[in-house]
Amino acid sequence: MANQKNNIIIEQSSEDNNLPKVFLHGPPKFSIVLQPKPSHNFHILNPSSHPPLHEFIALNPHHASSITAVVCTGGFPVNAEVLQLLPSLRLVCTPSAGTNHIDLFECLRRGIQVSSAGNLFSEDVADLAVALLIDVGRKISAADRFLRSQLQKPWDFPLGSKLTGKKIGIVGMGRIGLEVAKRLEAFSCMISYNSRNKKPLLSYPFFSSVLELATNTNVIILCCDLNDQTRHIVNKEVMLALGKGGIIVNVGRGALIDEKELLKCLIEGEIGGAGLDVFENEPHVPKEFFSLDNVVLSPHKGALTSESLIGISQLVEQNLKAFFSNKPLLTPVI
Amino acid sequence: MESIGVLLVAKVIPYLEQELNKRYNLFRIWDYPQISQLLTQHATSIRAVVGRSNAGADSHLIDALPNLEIISSSSVGVDLIDINKCKEKGIRVTNTPDVLTDEVADLAIGLILTLLRKICESNRYVRSGNWKCGDYKLTNKFSGKTVGIVGLGRIGTAIAKRSEAFNCSICYYSRTQKQESKYKYYPSVVELASNCDILVVACPLTKETHHIINREVINALGPKGFLVNIGRGKHVDEPELVSALLEGRLGGAGLDVFENEPHVPEELFELENVVLLPHVGSGTVETRTVMADLVLGNLEAHFLGKPLLTPLV
Repeated sequence: MANQKNNIIIEQSSEDNNLPKVFLHGPPKFSIVLQPKPSHNFHILNPSSHPPLHEFIALNPHHASSITAVVCTGGFPVNAEVLQLLPSLRLVCTPSAGTNHIDLFECLRRGIQVSSAGNLFSEDVADLAVALLIDVGRKISAADRFLRSQLQKPWDFPLGSKLTGKKIGIVGMGRIGLEVAKRLEAFSCMISYNSRNKKPLLSYPFFSSVLELATNTNVIILCCDLNDQTRHIVNKEVMLALGKGGIIVNVGRGALIDEKELLKCLIEGEIGGAGLDVFENEPHVPKEFFSLDNVVLSPHKGALTSESLIGISQLVEQNLKAFFSNKPLLTPVI
Repeated sequence: MESIGVLLVAKVIPYLEQELNKRYNLFRIWDYPQISQLLTQHATSIRAVVGRSNAGADSHLIDALPNLEIISSSSVGVDLIDINKCKEKGIRVTNTPDVLTDEVADLAIGLILTLLRKICESNRYVRSGNWKCGDYKLTNKFSGKTVGIVGLGRIGTAIAKRSEAFNCSICYYSRTQKQESKYKYYPSVVELASNCDILVVACPLTKETHHIINREVINALGPKGFLVNIGRGKHVDEPELVSALLEGRLGGAGLDVFENEPHVPEELFELENVVLLPHVGSGTVETRTVMADLVLGNLEAHFLGKPLLTPLV
């Protein structure tokens, strides 16, 4: 009996040895959340996603040249150095819409394919953007906090500011920006936008700079990619142009905003408030934010609904399966 | 007009109080430790009462003001005004419909989103300084869900319009089916609750709608369902709601109103799956100002013998 069991184990190993190797490049819990179901097409080298990549390669140097695909997440970059470490890499699969943690140029150069979450999260991220906007404007979290403190009776809570009819400036009119626009139109908001290029099929007014956009709106919602052109695209000048009643919502990437300046403007009342799902150095959030009543802070959960999780697990698995069956990726980036 | 006595029965925005004070002989109910003192001294000079969603004029007060001609409420709901008594005595009643519809609908959507996407909880979590990478607490998607509305009036319709932009399906219950409505109608609240993910209360408070959200409705909504109340606290059997939340029979609740404001059942403070607001439905500077102008406009019209702007009675 024992022999049989051992034989089975050996057989499994040799089967696994012939399968293309996939590495999970993320934090320890990453694999529990995103593990593709065991497949006949590929073998996951590190189901527990521990230890991290460099340590793993140091312990198992023979695997450096066996890894054909990496599933990675924000905070775990696939940069030139990582690509150098994995000479057989052919696919980078990220369960996010954003790809700023991947050196796309270097992947292109090396003929490595990249897949992302595509539009899977667009609705959830757009919902969160609207949630943060209403919360900041109507002081929902602050009011809930006020009630739970049980200190104040009768209720004397400050008034919020009206959302219906407000002028909204969306930075980045990809799928997420469009979903945000669609939602806020139902609140009779007036939508305008800035993006790399004007979209000829869109009827919303276009502004060629974020500064102009901020000058002409009451709310800025950041829905764009983070890259060299968009780093700190919301700076002090933009915030002053937005003005004292203005609200900033960020569901893109933390570094789209000059965080230090944002804090200053909020404390000094140069802008009205901010709803932030992302920060420059997650999970670190400057403590000065914690005492502000006019900000709502969210730990990068734009896409983290139960429904999205099921969706992304399926999508990652489908992309890996497609790749290893020599079929087109479902959600290719390059 | 300074000789016209106006009784203010609730705290309002400074603008309204100042204008009332300028134009009339204003009595503030909170200036008198006992209402009997106020009535003894000034009852006969009071010709108007100005109220709000949290204070109106009951039968007793109306009887005590022999020269009362008009009650003007800075709210759309008038459940705290004895309307029948007003009709009997020929007392005019005005409210502030339409001007707050958008505001309350915005708040309803805000409550739904903060509840489903656990915004308050996330906010608390980040502020605790405990955020670590890879913390995967999941929330509930709003887009595409089914929203059930109790009361498809102005506010209910505005909530439906906004929800549709999130690709939600809309269904409703009201006293009678609205023939012109494209939304699915259910002839009872229990059936509505059984067939939606999020139940929103948006109807007026009357004898018929008192405790319209009861144990049966709450159980029908279920452990994956969410209740949002932007109507009146007494729409919901509050003790039943609390026990359902504590026992996990209801997924969560977003409440702008409570049965005995400003009292909130303390058990709710321990729960993460509730969002609690101090009756802020119409609470923005912009809207409260417009409501104030409507109150002032109605009073002015009345005392000048002109048609009222927004009469109920």
